[in-house]
Amino acid sequence: MANAYTVLVVDDEPPILRFLRTSLTAAGHRVVTAENATAALAAMTTEKPDLVILDLGLPDRSGFEVIAAIRNGSTVPIIVLSARSDERSKVEALDLGADDYISKPFGMAELTARIRAALRHRFQAQGELPAFVSGDLTVDLVRRHVTRDGHEVKLSPKEFELLRHLVAHAGKVLTHRHLLREVWGPAQADEVQYLRVFIRGLRQKLEPDPTRPTHILTELGVGYRLQLPPEPGGP
Amino acid sequence: MADREVRPSPEALLDAATREGRGRLKIFLGAAPGVGKTYEMLLSAQAKRREGVDLVVGVVETHGRRETEALLSGLEVVSKHEVDYKGHRLAEMDLDAILKRRPELVLVDELAHSNAPGCRHPKRYLDVEELIAAGIDVFTTLNIQHVESLNDIVARITRIRVRETVPDSILDQADDIEVIDLAPDDLIQRLHEGKVYVPHQAERAVRNYFQPGNLTALRELALRRTAQRVDDQLLSHMQAHAISGPWPAGDRVLVCVSEAINTPSLIRYARRAADRFHAPWTAIYVETARTQRLNDAEHDRIADYLRLAERLGASTITISGGKIADEVVAYAEANNITQIVIGKSDRSRWFEMIHGSVVHNLVRKTGPISVHVISAEANEALAKPVTTRPHPQPFNLFAYAGSTAAVALALGIASLIERFVGLQSVSLVFLMGVLASAVAWGLWPALFACLLSVLAFNFFFLPPLYTLTIADPENVVALFFFALVALIVSKLTAAARMQIVSARARAKATAELYAFSRKLAGIGTLDDLLWATAFQVSSMLKVATVLLLPDAESRGLSLASAYPPDDTLAEADMAAARWCWEHNHPTGRGSDTLPGGKWLFLPLRTGSGTVGVIGIERDALLSPDEHRLLDALADQVAVAIERISLARGLAEARVLAETERLRAALLTSISHDLRTPLASIIGTVSSLRSYADKYDATDRDELLATLESEAERLNRFVGNLLDMTRLESGAIELKLDLVDVAEVIGAAIERAGSILAQHRVEISVASDLPMLRLDPILFEQVLFNLLDNAAKYSPPGSRIDLKARQDVDAVAIEVIDEGSGIPPDDLERIFDKFYRVQAQDRRRAGTGLGLAICRGFIEAQGGRIEAHNRRDRSGAILSLRIPVPEEAEIHEPATAHG
Repeated sequence: MANAYTVLVVDDEPPILRFLRTSLTAAGHRVVTAENATAALAAMTTEKPDLVILDLGLPDRSGFEVIAAIRNGSTVPIIVLSARSDERSKVEALDLGADDYISKPFGMAELTARIRAALRHRFQAQGELPAFVSGDLTVDLVRRHVTRDGHEVKLSPKEFELLRHLVAHAGKVLTHRHLLREVWGPAQADEVQYLRVFIRGLRQKLEPDPTRPTHILTELGVGYRLQLPPEPGGP
Repeated sequence: MADREVRPSPEALLDAATREGRGRLKIFLGAAPGVGKTYEMLLSAQAKRREGVDLVVGVVETHGRRETEALLSGLEVVSKHEVDYKGHRLAEMDLDAILKRRPELVLVDELAHSNAPGCRHPKRYLDVEELIAAGIDVFTTLNIQHVESLNDIVARITRIRVRETVPDSILDQADDIEVIDLAPDDLIQRLHEGKVYVPHQAERAVRNYFQPGNLTALRELALRRTAQRVDDQLLSHMQAHAISGPWPAGDRVLVCVSEAINTPSLIRYARRAADRFHAPWTAIYVETARTQRLNDAEHDRIADYLRLAERLGASTITISGGKIADEVVAYAEANNITQIVIGKSDRSRWFEMIHGSVVHNLVRKTGPISVHVISAEANEALAKPVTTRPHPQPFNLFAYAGSTAAVALALGIASLIERFVGLQSVSLVFLMGVLASAVAWGLWPALFACLLSVLAFNFFFLPPLYTLTIADPENVVALFFFALVALIVSKLTAAARMQIVSARARAKATAELYAFSRKLAGIGTLDDLLWATAFQVSSMLKVATVLLLPDAESRGLSLASAYPPDDTLAEADMAAARWCWEHNHPTGRGSDTLPGGKWLFLPLRTGSGTVGVIGIERDALLSPDEHRLLDALADQVAVAIERISLARGLAEARVLAETERLRAALLTSISHDLRTPLASIIGTVSSLRSYADKYDATDRDELLATLESEAERLNRFVGNLLDMTRLESGAIELKLDLVDVAEVIGAAIERAGSILAQHRVEISVASDLPMLRLDPILFEQVLFNLLDNAAKYSPPGSRIDLKARQDVDAVAIEVIDEGSGIPPDDLERIFDKFYRVQAQDRRRAGTGLGLAICRGFIEAQGGRIEAHNRRDRSGAILSLRIPVPEEAEIHEPATAHG
């Protein structure tokens, strides 16, 4: 990675801290660690990190409070570490303003992809990319033009709207509520099955094999994620 | 009736059939201790041994008598096994050793012996029954004082009550009984010579026992009981071989019951006669067309009289038929009756000339059977005038109108055909009208039709026409005979109709009973059973019904079910029910105990005891038929209740055993499934550290890959343990949502990627599947476990199919592998916790949790899971079925926004 970013890792498990510090340093980042909420919030002001990796189970305060405290004045990307079967707290963390999550146990490849997506979003959020290209899929947001394998794909206005949101946050998980609110409006925020119908429609049009989606990935119980194209060796 | 005499009775044949394959039982029966039963038994045994019979001694008490001990020589003795009871070592017959040894014949002394606690059966006669059931012949000894039904009599005679008794049925089961008879004086002589074994502490009592008077009485009892048994054997032999009776071997008394007021004195007479002959006796009631016309009081009386007979020791039977005398004679001949008791008719001579006398017919037809005709005892006859005249049925206008119409129709047809045929044929047409009325409406409308026909025939056809006078004397005769024929026809037809009606009622009751027993067999819970029973009894007998069961907490009886459901019992009725329960005896209205109450309570009895009480309430007493129906219902219910409580006990025991098994399996599983990946991880890591510089890049990659996959395996196992724990503790919170199955399948395939790396996975999901109401996370776990399972049990490189399609009102999902399939016995058990199909290759054996979790999760979501084997080749199919919810159609939301 060309730029060296400062990453704050907050976890009370020394082995986790140790392996994250070595791996992230090896990946070229500057790593700052904190073992509790107080130290983490202090590091926020002293170290001004570009990214926070936050474990939800901290000894002094809950991870949710830390997210709320950070969001009170900062837009720094936050990636939450959580247990696999705990979908409810993942959604809660995302609703509070976390950008993404990763389930323990996880592999470094997965974490690196999440970090890349979060940072990409942070530094490109201001100007939307005119086009999104991932494998055989091309989405031209300006001309509202979508092609798969070079052939144009006809999307309904709702489908395009949904895809536009996914592209705008490519690589990041988007919760059901978020997508429903953005595409259908706040009144429909709980009608998850509408969203499922449209995602199914989109997959049938965009995925080579809709049963094994490669673009629109399902985060069960949480939401959807548009897969980023593999790293071409730097943006 | 002719066929009843020659056809073997089904019960007798059945009895003979069940005896086949069983061992034979021979009882050496003695009147008192010391008569030499054991000695005789051993003598017979020695004779058998010389014949080459393979026999062993199960248990023989010689009480140190030398001549008895001598007879034991040369016999194989099965050594007793010792039972520890409160510090004492008690030696008991070793039943299992005998069953294992399987001799042809076994000697078992002292049939009435009570086994030490801890033995399989509490009583030795139960051991003997098991031996016989196993096909082993048994010789055994018994003193008459130990026979259950004689216990009271013996206690009265000897003033010593023996506590060890055997049921009479074992005597009835015995194939041979040999009475070991010894004159009382000789026995007392033996006692004085010390040849009779006397327990020391009871010496005085025992010496009182050996009085000549006592011994004579006991001896008579033994001989009489044996004679009675021989008689029973004769009867069943005759029934099994369809030999028409009587065979003058023992007397049997039959008393004919009617609604007449003098019947109780008949019954008492029959009882005395039976006592005199030492004969069994039966009370019979014959239902005829006349029975239907009796009033309620008369029906009640018949029921009362039959119960009186039962109380006095008779067996009772009700049969239906045309003529009382014929039915009684047929029954008497089929059952070897020697004495018939019947009441003297109090009808007028005129009545008897018309209707015939039952008594006369009986005397004429009985042949060798004695008939006792008894007159009413004065005091009872005077109590109430006899009122047995037939009661007319309620007036039915429709029936008479119908009869008139039938006659009018006959008149019409007759006037049409009169021109072509003679007057005689015309009268036949009228006869048809009468016949039709009799068939349709019974006697009185038929008689009415008869009268109308006579008038019409006269008026319209006999000259002078259109008058009721008759000119030709020949026509007077014709009309007279027409009237006579019409009368007879109406009477016969009406009688036949009555029989059909009552036969139909019986057939209906039988069918209902049968249906009820089938229904009971299908009921799994006690509450359902009680409810079904209360409802059935109420509807079949038109009564209010309560069922009372013992209450575990208050150790009393409590109301368990009732129909109509809101019924509660008054304290007095409750007391009657309790009495019934405690004394195992019918109580309340119509019974001999507390007959003043409104309710009748019957104990619900099974072979192993009383399981509850059924109570019914009705103003009228039950008829014998209804009483029998109630008894039959009560029997079935008792057995069903017992079945359910046994099943419950068994289930509890099984749960306990299961818990134990699970605990053991859990420990094995955790120690194995947790340690194996840990062992490889620790091993791999330590080798990487120790020999880091000796590995080349390929080796290191291989080791690291092992490390990763083992860690993932550990992670899956921990995940399974967590899921199982959540299932067990009921901590599963379902977040049901309408879910796209294809999406969940995609997620599961994605997560299972590394596990499925060695397999070809083919997915076929119908594109138009409806949304299902599921918890996506749990459902994904189910699919993941199924894929994991398929990968584990099929060879690398083989194909795994995942198919989803709609099947009527459900979505069926199948995971199909190309492994070796599931042994048929394991198809259900693979869903048990910690159950693993035994794989030759231990390495692949799963954790034994995956499929149990699948079942738990899928059932929590309202679906089903099943395992099958492939038909086209080896391999397993695990299939899920999830019902399609009603609201599965999703419409695009809020067009206002769209």
